[in-house]
Amino acid sequence: MRVTVLGAGVAGLTSALELVRRGATVTIVDRAAALGAGACSWSAGGMLAPWCERESAEPVVATRGAVALDWWDEATGAVTRHGTLVVAPPRDSAEFTRFARRTERYETIDGDRVAELEPDLAGRFRAGLFFPDEGHLEPRGALAALERSLRERGVMFRYGVEADPAEVGDDAVVDCRGFAARDALPDLRGVRGEMLVVRTDEIRLSRPVRLLHPRIPFYVVPRAGGVFMLGATMIESAERRGATARSVVDLLNAAYALHPAFGEAEILEVRADVRPAFPDNLPRVERRGRTTYVNGLYRHGFLLSPTCAQQAAEIATRPEDTSHEADRERRRA
Amino acid sequence: MLNFYGVEIASRLLLGTAQYPSPAILADAARASGTEILTVSLRRESGRLREGQDFWGLIADLGVRVLPNTAGCHSVKEAVTTAQMAREVFGTSWIKLEVIGEADTLQPDVFGLVEAARILTSEGFEVFPYTTEDLVVAERLLDAGCKLLMPWGAPIGTGMGLNNVYGLRSLRAHFPDVPLVIDAGIGRPSHAAAAMELGYDAVLLNTAVAKAGDPVAMAGAFARAIEAGRAGFLADPIEPRDMAAPSTPVFGRASLA
Repeated sequence: MRVTVLGAGVAGLTSALELVRRGATVTIVDRAAALGAGACSWSAGGMLAPWCERESAEPVVATRGAVALDWWDEATGAVTRHGTLVVAPPRDSAEFTRFARRTERYETIDGDRVAELEPDLAGRFRAGLFFPDEGHLEPRGALAALERSLRERGVMFRYGVEADPAEVGDDAVVDCRGFAARDALPDLRGVRGEMLVVRTDEIRLSRPVRLLHPRIPFYVVPRAGGVFMLGATMIESAERRGATARSVVDLLNAAYALHPAFGEAEILEVRADVRPAFPDNLPRVERRGRTTYVNGLYRHGFLLSPTCAQQAAEIATRPEDTSHEADRERRRA
Repeated sequence: MLNFYGVEIASRLLLGTAQYPSPAILADAARASGTEILTVSLRRESGRLREGQDFWGLIADLGVRVLPNTAGCHSVKEAVTTAQMAREVFGTSWIKLEVIGEADTLQPDVFGLVEAARILTSEGFEVFPYTTEDLVVAERLLDAGCKLLMPWGAPIGTGMGLNNVYGLRSLRAHFPDVPLVIDAGIGRPSHAAAAMELGYDAVLLNTAVAKAGDPVAMAGAFARAIEAGRAGFLADPIEPRDMAAPSTPVFGRASLA
């Protein structure tokens, strides 16, 4: 079976792998010039934190996200499983209590244990929540590894090409265009996110750290070589222009509150992009005729794309006349 | 019935639209609350104007009135500009006016507030000023053309409830005929009921519902608390007293000495 996947972001690449695993011959088409150039997953944090996400997400995000750790490990070998550390400034203890109440699979730890886990945070926080089962990955490396492995399996990549239904021929289509698929999915909306990448040798972290704050929920994800990703704003807007000064100030202030060493860090990158989301902020996999849509991954691209991809590959490779089943799948999703 | 600038309003709960887990939950919470007025922040949720339309479209679909606000504005100029943009975007002359004076408490800058209220009123806006319980400021806001007042219960998002009950009672007593809406600081339904028992006309809240474990259930709880508080106020509650007063008469009971 021949399938054309539209979009080489996290949804497209994961779907392609699941299709190949089911024996399909896959071509990936992306209008951007190269991997990542047009994908909002290029700006992702790469946290695989299903249990932390319960703070603001439905239970299904945790249950479906839990398999993402193994999936990414198997597909790319790029997952670091050091857990997640959550801390709050003393005056924001209410946020801390609320976060603990809303989430699961964590240990409540004291300042000494915080220092054991992250020596550079010693003496800065008197309490923390440690989610030992969570992990993280470097999104760009993971996407590149996935692309390599797909090429090795015979998947063809066509960059710089607008998806043209006429060119696709009789192929089945898996549409993973993200926000660009709004022509077909009118209730898709954009949730703008801004992030920074900085470098400093003055602080080392082994795992993502979330700093709870009533106004800006902030996290920092360590990358190799003293590089850190600082994220991320959540603004109801599909505006793609560069990050605002205000957001950058907010993110840097939070980083500085986590550790003053961030004040001396070199800023490598400032980015803004738009997360595609449906009104319930949950992803949707849905087939219409020969096209299967995978979209609405919102802030959970790396966390939820594996299960969405599995679903999409299953639905897309069925004969067309079972589309009523797809409707049921859609409701379940 | 409650009357804001000539518009009759049945529900005494006004709901903010920020910080919900999803727009779908916001919509369900709004329906469960029975609110007729949703506040929308133009500033942080827009970027350039057209791009925030999806979210506003979802709100418009609820069929309620929109009360745009100038949340996050720290100067008169910012607030006035935001109000003008909001009028254009939402097609309403209502504006919830916030001029923030202090970053930690988000306390209103009452001097800027009065000035901005005067400017906006002269431009035909119908201003809902977010203020403190200060009587003199209240007087100045009414002089500036405001026909209602929105004093805080406590600082925004703190959930502390009514911080200065004496001040709020005194404000109510001084302005018996001005619609007074408690805006900000409400954490639990009992806080909202207490505000209504003081004789306040309505309550505006956001975080207490949006960040609750179950926002939809909490929205319903607030609706009922506000209804109960209002009914209690109208029913003329008894005054508290120091000495116990038996509810069953003691005279005429058998004396078993």
